[in-house]
Amino acid sequence: MKHSKDPNKIKKGPDVIALNIISYFICGIIALLCFVPFVMILSGSCSSEEEILKNGFSLLPQKFSLEAYKTVFKEPIVVMRAYATTICLTFAGTCTGLLLQTMTAYVLSRKDFEWRGKFAFFFYFTTLFSGGLVPYYILMTQTLKLKDSYFALLLPLLFSVYNLLVMKSYIMAIPDSLIDAAKIDGCGEYRILFRIVMPLIKPALATVGLFIALAYWNDWYNAMLFIKSEEKYPLQYFLYKQVNNIEAYKKLISNAAASSAVRAVSLPTQTLKMALTIVVTGPVVFFYPLAQKYFIQGITIGSVKG
Amino acid sequence: MFYIQKDNLKNIFRQRTVAHKGRNVMNTKQGGLKGFLKKVYKYRAFLIMLLPGVVYTLIFSYYPMTGIVVAFKKYNYAGGIWGSPWNGFENFKFFFKSGQAGVVIRNTVLYNITFIIVNMVVQIAVAVCLTEIRNKIYRRVTQSLMLLPYFISWVIVGVMAFNIFSSDYGFINRLITYFGGKKIPFYTTPQVWPFILLFFNVWKGVGYGSIMYLAALMGIDTSLYEAARIDGANVFQRIFKVTIPMIMPTTMILLLLSVGGIFKGNFDMFYNLVGYNGLLYNYTDVIDTLTFRALISSNNFGMAGAIGLFQSVLCFVTVLIVNRLVGMYDKDYTLF
Repeated sequence: MKHSKDPNKIKKGPDVIALNIISYFICGIIALLCFVPFVMILSGSCSSEEEILKNGFSLLPQKFSLEAYKTVFKEPIVVMRAYATTICLTFAGTCTGLLLQTMTAYVLSRKDFEWRGKFAFFFYFTTLFSGGLVPYYILMTQTLKLKDSYFALLLPLLFSVYNLLVMKSYIMAIPDSLIDAAKIDGCGEYRILFRIVMPLIKPALATVGLFIALAYWNDWYNAMLFIKSEEKYPLQYFLYKQVNNIEAYKKLISNAAASSAVRAVSLPTQTLKMALTIVVTGPVVFFYPLAQKYFIQGITIGSVKG
Repeated sequence: MFYIQKDNLKNIFRQRTVAHKGRNVMNTKQGGLKGFLKKVYKYRAFLIMLLPGVVYTLIFSYYPMTGIVVAFKKYNYAGGIWGSPWNGFENFKFFFKSGQAGVVIRNTVLYNITFIIVNMVVQIAVAVCLTEIRNKIYRRVTQSLMLLPYFISWVIVGVMAFNIFSSDYGFINRLITYFGGKKIPFYTTPQVWPFILLFFNVWKGVGYGSIMYLAALMGIDTSLYEAARIDGANVFQRIFKVTIPMIMPTTMILLLLSVGGIFKGNFDMFYNLVGYNGLLYNYTDVIDTLTFRALISSNNFGMAGAIGLFQSVLCFVTVLIVNRLVGMYDKDYTLF
């Protein structure tokens, strides 16, 4: 047996080896289970429709065919519109939300602000008790009259107490002396926030920004409650609608495709659902390796610091 | 997810008492209102920065709280919340007499208890296993794959469930027929749904949850492991006698927070996996989906409001009770 420099490895008893095997096995299996559904959607999307109808979905593509993707991109404008809506919403929401949360978190982190405890409780209490769905629905549709408005998708996700607390714990880590020094040098509160605090908490901005962006990207609930016109659907709700009413989507495609050669009946159904899901999910999965680091940081901060 | 709040809330309360004392001192120095206005002036920059957040929270969180009176009203569109006539506890009576109350409350609580226990066991096990893996690449890859489901919406999970469990084209049924079995019509067999829902719930949360426990595991003093080894403990004893007790605070807080939400159904999950499939309701209907249908499908604002209020109060009371119980066990673990 080779001796490694790591002192942990010198005494490798049978119990250690057993645990190692179990660990590798459990993590491997769970990771595989987490990943397999993605693979299955992907294989379903590039299978031939007849095979799926005959045998059902499988782990690997059945008679490789890109027919489903061709169908989706016969009328790309529908998907692209949903993409554009979601991208705009995510961008606007993340920027506004980040500014709002940073400002609030900054004030709540300032120890020389006498009322900060009261304000913190004011925000925290909303996580303990809420009015529920009906008052919220009435507020949005009747008081604010946001039915079928983009604001009904933008406003509800702007502010979250969880993000506020993550942001606050980051800002709390900035030494007070830094802020005091800035004050002595004659910095106003706004300048301290934007010129001193903001540059110091760039990782926090990235983390919280990604959390906000993810919430916007994955939101379908507000769209389902408030959005009625199809051209305003954000991506996830668009997917929900089309998958659950695939015949209507097929009709939409065949009507839009000017060359009357396309008949709705001839279009794939089951593989089309999968292809549409891949078109909607794809970018997130590609973006994921870049964003993952910040997410792990955020979750860790959320659980350790406080 | 809200573990963070524990210390924060303690801080909040500490600050509150400090702030309180501070104000008293000040009040003796200068008059109440005058002193208050002076402070408003002194803190004007802070207050302006807080203003958007406060206004937002007032509109989107506090104002709807007043809307709970809709539960005691016979709602009509013309009157709105305030103009509609009162009808006492009729909405609640209707809810409890409809026969759905028992079913949805039972489902919500049973699902949540199962989710809490299974998630906790799986997430702790995965976190412990991840720390045991010495091969960095293997660890990073498995962790990344496990976190992937956290990033996608429940809509996509709904498509995956269809892909796997669809009666005609599902993967499972394909396997069953391949081995000569008879297809199981999952979407018309309510008994299997608790397992399917449990699977996807664990599936989506395992990455996120294990990172939280992993953070707690990283905080354990390694000298404890050394000591355990010198005392002759094998690795399994080490895990159960050192690791698990050391992450108890984290576990307790996460448990407390999830128990606080025991009457909240995960609407996103139930709606996307089950949807309007009435055949399955007996096994899959939770408080949130019933509220939603009462509001959107039957436009019964009064009853939906009553269920919502009932649920909010239950949640609030549960948090208070659980917090008290945990306080009796150990003061350090409480939320407030």
